[in-house]
Amino acid sequence: MTVASDPPVQTVRKPNRMFKNKMAKIASIPMILTALCVFVGGTLWTVLHSFTGSRMLPKRDWVGLAQYERLWDSDRWIISVKNLALYGFFSLTFTLVVAFCLAACLDRKIRFENTFRTIFLYPFALSFVVTGLAWQWILNPQFGFQSVVRGWGWESFNFDPLNNPETVMFGLLIAGLWQGTGLIMCIMLAGLRGIDEDIWKAARVDGIGTVKTYVQVIIPMMRPVFITSLVLIASGIIKLYDLVVAQTNGGPGISSEVPAKYVINYMFQAQNLGQGFAASTMMLVSVVIILIPWAYLEFGGKKNG
Amino acid sequence: MNFRTKLLAATAIVSASAASAVELEVTHWWTSGGEAAAVSKFADAWNATGNTWVDGAIAGSGGTARPIIISRILGGDPMAATQLNHGRQAEELIEAGLLLDLTDVAEAGGWRDIVNPSSLLDSCTLDGRIYCVPVNIHSAQWLWLSHDAYEKAGVAVPSDWNEFVASAPALEKAGVTPLAMGQQGWQQNLAFGAITIAVAGLDAWREVTVNKNADVARGPEYTAVFEAVASARELARESNVQDWNQATNMVITGTAGAQLMGDWAQGEFSVAQQVEGEDYSCLPGLGLNPILDTGGDAFYFPVNDDPEITAAQKELAALLISPEVQVSFNLAKGSLPVRGDIDMAAANGCMQKGLGILADGGVLPSGDQSLSADTQTQIEDLMAQFWSSDMPASEAQAKYADIIARAD
Repeated sequence: MTVASDPPVQTVRKPNRMFKNKMAKIASIPMILTALCVFVGGTLWTVLHSFTGSRMLPKRDWVGLAQYERLWDSDRWIISVKNLALYGFFSLTFTLVVAFCLAACLDRKIRFENTFRTIFLYPFALSFVVTGLAWQWILNPQFGFQSVVRGWGWESFNFDPLNNPETVMFGLLIAGLWQGTGLIMCIMLAGLRGIDEDIWKAARVDGIGTVKTYVQVIIPMMRPVFITSLVLIASGIIKLYDLVVAQTNGGPGISSEVPAKYVINYMFQAQNLGQGFAASTMMLVSVVIILIPWAYLEFGGKKNG
Repeated sequence: MNFRTKLLAATAIVSASAASAVELEVTHWWTSGGEAAAVSKFADAWNATGNTWVDGAIAGSGGTARPIIISRILGGDPMAATQLNHGRQAEELIEAGLLLDLTDVAEAGGWRDIVNPSSLLDSCTLDGRIYCVPVNIHSAQWLWLSHDAYEKAGVAVPSDWNEFVASAPALEKAGVTPLAMGQQGWQQNLAFGAITIAVAGLDAWREVTVNKNADVARGPEYTAVFEAVASARELARESNVQDWNQATNMVITGTAGAQLMGDWAQGEFSVAQQVEGEDYSCLPGLGLNPILDTGGDAFYFPVNDDPEITAAQKELAALLISPEVQVSFNLAKGSLPVRGDIDMAAANGCMQKGLGILADGGVLPSGDQSLSADTQTQIEDLMAQFWSSDMPASEAQAKYADIIARAD
């Protein structure tokens, strides 16, 4: 917008930085507008309406913080937040560790590397709904994994995570890891391939072991790759929804509920937009609390330095 | 004839056939065997008038389908007609002027006189105008019992809820799950509602659900209710199925002794060729309180710009409540007809019991009609939590009373 409205006379006198790459800037105007109206505008609108008593349709009758008080008083929301924290912690740790180990193994110039890479990446091509449903069947005690092992003769074998409120989140975690690890592995593998061969040679000359080289030399060099992975995993965690709906639908009871599902249910099923908006605002706040200090450290420092 | 003329000819044919018959897309969530058989009765009747019924079945329960339906109406892509449970679900859509006013059709058809109980029509009415067609009456307070399971256990089929609870140990000994229960909030809530009316009685129920009196919800009547629900929870411990028809199937196959489910379960028994009184029995009001709530399904018609479609919508509205369609639909669905002036002699024993209760005036409004979707969802969440955990009855009662206190 500003590009178009500025009078072009100025550019003759002193070249303005704004007018470098004019075409590229004009081309990005639609995206800038979309970002401003849809993302920022939509977010502000949502936050604003979370202070109202909107039911099925948004309206502006202000109720102050009542929606938030009710939200934090609700068992279901508290359980959702705890579940997400649990899932987030384990998902982040396991995805990074497992994906890096797999990538490191593939990087050891093994045979059929292409085949393995394809196998590991394949789950990512499936939607979460398919993943959730498939794992619901695999983990079903009547005809899934448990009955297969029992069929082999281990009669007392028990593995029924989805019907136990204590373990259901781990049942979800298995499916989530199965789906998401392949992509992170590929990104890590690309990172490993970017490491100069000479580093390895130097390490060998110095007599440093393979594992030690990975941990102390390679991993610090792969910092940007880890950050990319972290952002991808974290955004996957926050928006965890379809996997839960397909695999457990929040059950047993409400023991595998997640915040995104609370938002959808209260906005559309309970026809209480205000409550759903309050919950989604809390999700935004939690992301912002984590993201802003991190972004400041990561990007702010460089600019000043 | 080149491609372009072919295309033109094809378009001409399509538009010509469209002019003679109006296509109406009808969305609903009737997808189980018995339900699908019932909705085809509507479709057949509508197709017989020379128009076309475009079936828009949405899989999943009402909780899944309702948001889809409502967002389509709000989003400016309305269907021609849609099922909803009448009550407060559509209140705001009506206020926003998104649903077609059917008052003229209702007056022409004399709905005010034929709809029985009249509370059904009241739920369709806002400020004196009528916005929906009730098509059936569903009541939730039914206990379905498997004769097969009781034969296995070697005890007599119970005749009320208390006898059922007493017979549970014998069932368990025979390897039968006493109570089939789908692990979904609405089913657990339905069971809670049915037990409430049977145990607490009508006055306490009305005070809490209709008048939202939280003190009564904290009182001794409701303590008894929550204790009864807690014992039902123990009886359903081994039941891991999800959908209601899977739970009904446990009763049909005799792997479970009983199920608390609405009268729509009847349709599943018919599809499985089971005979009332021989293979299964039903206890309205759990055999304790012969009272049924009168929720049900209704059809709403979103406002449309096309006058041709609007006319067809009104025609469909009149058709849905016509005597022949009411009889064939409700026989297939296992629900009760909305008009008292038709012959339901073909109905089986369970429906006759229901019709008898209806004729005696043992009716009360359903939860959908008294509580908003918001309150219903909170109670469902509480019930889902209560049934799947070891939450003590007293704690559940306190939480329930809090929800009632907040209800609007």
